[in-house]
Order: sequence, then C-alpha cells, then structure tokens
Amino acid sequence: MDFTNIAFYIFAALTVGSAGVMVFHRNVVYSAVGLLFAFFGVAGIYVLLAADFIAIVQILIYVGGILILLLFGVMLSQKLTKVDVRTESMQLVPAVVVVGGVLAVLLLTISSTPWKLAGSLEYEPTTKAIGRLMMTEYLIPFEIASVLLLAALIGAAYIARKN
Amino acid sequence: MPVLNANLTLQAAQFANLPETLQTILFMVLGAAIFAGAAAVLALVGVYLERKISAHMQDRVGPMEVNTEIPVLKNIGHGWAQTLADALKLLIKEDIVPAEADKKLHLMAPFIVFAATLAGFSVLPFGPGLVASDLNVGLFYIIAISSFVVIGIILAGWSSNNKWSLLGAMRSAAQIVSFEIPASLALLVVIMAVGSLNLGDIVAAQAGGIHKWLIWWYPPFNILAFFVFFVASLAELNRAPFDMPEAESEIVAGFHTEYSGMKWAMFFLAEYANMFLVGVIIATLFLGGWTSPFGDFLNSGPFPVFWVTLKAFIVIFVQIWLRWTLPRVRVDQLMYTSWKVLTPFAFVAMVGAGIWMML
Repeated sequence: MDFTNIAFYIFAALTVGSAGVMVFHRNVVYSAVGLLFAFFGVAGIYVLLAADFIAIVQILIYVGGILILLLFGVMLSQKLTKVDVRTESMQLVPAVVVVGGVLAVLLLTISSTPWKLAGSLEYEPTTKAIGRLMMTEYLIPFEIASVLLLAALIGAAYIARKN
Repeated sequence: MPVLNANLTLQAAQFANLPETLQTILFMVLGAAIFAGAAAVLALVGVYLERKISAHMQDRVGPMEVNTEIPVLKNIGHGWAQTLADALKLLIKEDIVPAEADKKLHLMAPFIVFAATLAGFSVLPFGPGLVASDLNVGLFYIIAISSFVVIGIILAGWSSNNKWSLLGAMRSAAQIVSFEIPASLALLVVIMAVGSLNLGDIVAAQAGGIHKWLIWWYPPFNILAFFVFFVASLAELNRAPFDMPEAESEIVAGFHTEYSGMKWAMFFLAEYANMFLVGVIIATLFLGGWTSPFGDFLNSGPFPVFWVTLKAFIVIFVQIWLRWTLPRVRVDQLMYTSWKVLTPFAFVAMVGAGIWMML
C-alpha cells in the first residue's frame, strides 16, 4: 500500500464520516461543521486525482463562499444567544420513497458504467489548460454562466433595496 | 565530534532503509513540526515588536520596565523580558469555558484558526528551492485556505453564546468576505504580469535587484495594486484601523471575549503568525521575495532567508505602526472603504496593467 492509497482512504473516511455528521446531527451549526470537513475531504480526493486547480476552487467556493454564507444565515435568523438550532425529519414516507429511488438510480449507474482506470496519474499543472479551454472551446457556456450570475446579483440587490 | 557524526550517518542509513511511504510520512511530520515551531517563534517576535513599538509610540511605561532579578540579565534593561512575561502569564492562566457555551465547538475553533494559518505557511518560498510545497497554484491556495480562518472565527463567536462574541464574529465574516474581493483583484495584477500562480516563479521574475521588483512594473498600476492589497490585507487580518471584530470600546473583545488561557493564546499567536504570512506574501509578490535588493550581491547561502524575513518584518512594522497611530473606523466606513474605494481602484489597476501588457 503506497502513500496515495493511504491518503485516499484517510480523505474518503473523512468525507463520508463528516457527511454522516452533517446529515444526522440535529444541530444545524454542527451540520455546517460536518459540511466543512466533507468539503475538505473532497478537495483532498481531487488533489489525489491530480486536479490541483479544481481542489483549490472547491475550497475557495464551497468553504470560503457558500459555507460562510450558510453560517451567517443561521446566525442572523436565530435569536442571538439561543444555542438551540435544530433540524428535524418530516414527511418520512415520501422522503424514503424519493431517496430510495435516487439511490437505486445511482447504484444502477455506478454498476453499469464502464469505469476507465488510469494506469498512472501525471501530476502536472492544469490551470493553464483549463483557462485556455474556457477562453476558446467553452467560451459560450462560460459567458452564459457569467450573465446568469450577473442577473442573480442584480435580482438580489433589487430585493434587498425594495424597502 | 566523530561519534556523533558516525551516529548520524548510521541513522541516515537506517532512515534510507525504511519503506518509502514511511519516509514520506516522516518527512511530512518533520516539516510540519518545523513550521509549527517557526510560526510560534515568529509570533512571539511579533508580539515583542508590537509591545515595544507601541511603548515607544505612545509612551507606554510597562514594556520598557519588565525585567528579572537574575544578576547578569538584570542589566540589559529596556524591558527585554516582556515576551517572557507574556508567555508565562498565558501558560498559568485558568482556562474558563462559559457554562452555556457549546463546549466542543468552543474547543475546536482556535485549532481551526491556527491550523489554517499554519497551512498557509507551507507554500511560502524562503529561498531557491526552499519551500515546503512547491504548488503550481500556490497563490490561489493561500487565498482558499485562509477562508478556514473565517470559519474558525465564526464558530468561536457562535459557540461562546455571548452577544459580543457573536457580533464580533459576524463583523469579521462580513469584513473578510468583502475585503477578499479587492485583495484578489490586486493579486490578479501580479498573476497577469508574471503569468504564473507559483510563488517561486513570481520571485524568479523579479530577480536582479530592487529596480526589477513587481511593484515598479507597469507604473502606476502595480503600485496601486500594492496599496490596495496592503489595505485589504490589514482588514483581512482584523488589524487596526479595521479591527472591528474585536473593537474593545464597542464589543468588549469581539469573537474571543469568552476565551482565556491557552485557547486565547492560540488566537493571539495565529494573529501574529498571520501577520508574518501576509508580510512574506507582500514581500514575495511586490518586493522581490527572497532575492537581494542589490542584484547578485549577498544573494546566496543564508541570505535569501534573511532578505525575505527582513522584508516581511518591515511590512509587519508598518502594520504595527498603523495600529498605534490610526483610530478605528466605523462599520459603515469599513464597508465604504472596501466596496466604493478599494474595489474600483483594484479594477483600475487590473484593467490598466492589462492594457499596458497588450501594448
């Protein structure tokens, strides 16, 4: 067992374990902390897959952006000093049906996909290639995404300024 | 010392016999231990500087008088024992956790903050090849990993179950998220100029003396980017005049109001370690990194480490100087500074430097 394998199992255990905490803990803030470590574990797996840029983006966007906003929202929406923020399960039967369906589809996909195994990974810089592709081959999706985000930004500013 | 030498050779041979995985892990543990030790020592130096400079600037008496009764050391004077006294005080302080606090998160928060700070150290170049992890995306990595600090601060504020703590944490989050935008835009100017995210490449592009430093490229746009980044980094460090998260006159001590003893010391050390981190980043990005300001003169052996440390400490000195001369801004002035002053100027620097590069 070489180093990458050990690292993979550590990151995988971290991801799955903290995802479990995130789903099963009854306190929303603990769920957010679980999410933090799950994001970190996924970033570690990206690094092991030789996707350095994606790993950093994962941390930057999910931890630095989304998770901070999430915690901010939780704190603003609760009474200031009340620690009691809980999550509960409702609508048990429909939830089991939907989640079971999703699980079945996912398992089916995993088992029927012919997975490609890379012989050996080459750890080389990916940033330049990603940037070039975004500015040439995938320019239109890139621009559409930025227009979409701009629209969302203007919408948020409009809603916030209405009063 | 032939015995010791023989012993070391033997140990090296034994080390080479270990399986490769174990070697890698040993190297990593050793490197991390060196960084943790170095960060703690640098933080102590930073604390000492802060005490002394504030004492000189504001005629504070204490840090000029701290001394011991030990005969020889007594004569050094000039309050040399201040840091020792600070460290001893922190070690013997009682660790108080509020009864209504969330114990687990209250314990975890200072560790997250300190670990994130240490993680940033791993990509800093201290000399040719002298970098713990020579990442291709080094600069980007530092921006990303520093977001863990915000999470730690938010958790500290929330878990303390105290309104001052929570207010401080929310201020900190809002402040760091806002100032990340001008800081990142200013960094983009450097990235565009060098064409690399690797900190080693950025230093290499500035080799050859003071006139080659990135701060002088594309005048005046890089100087503008330098100032924008410096001001934004002050805010991201929660340093005065932007120390809203711990404004003593308004919210007691902000996010670390309910911390004491070693847990508080970890926030404190992390702040000074972060100041050094920012000092090295500014030195690397704008002031030539580990290269000598005099071309090839004094540019080998131990001197790269000396130059980068000197430059970082000059930046730290300016940070301390500003703290003891400027009053704290208000929250609305803080947001105004970020969104209506720094961000437009950062865009001007980025677009200006970009047009210059195309010409």
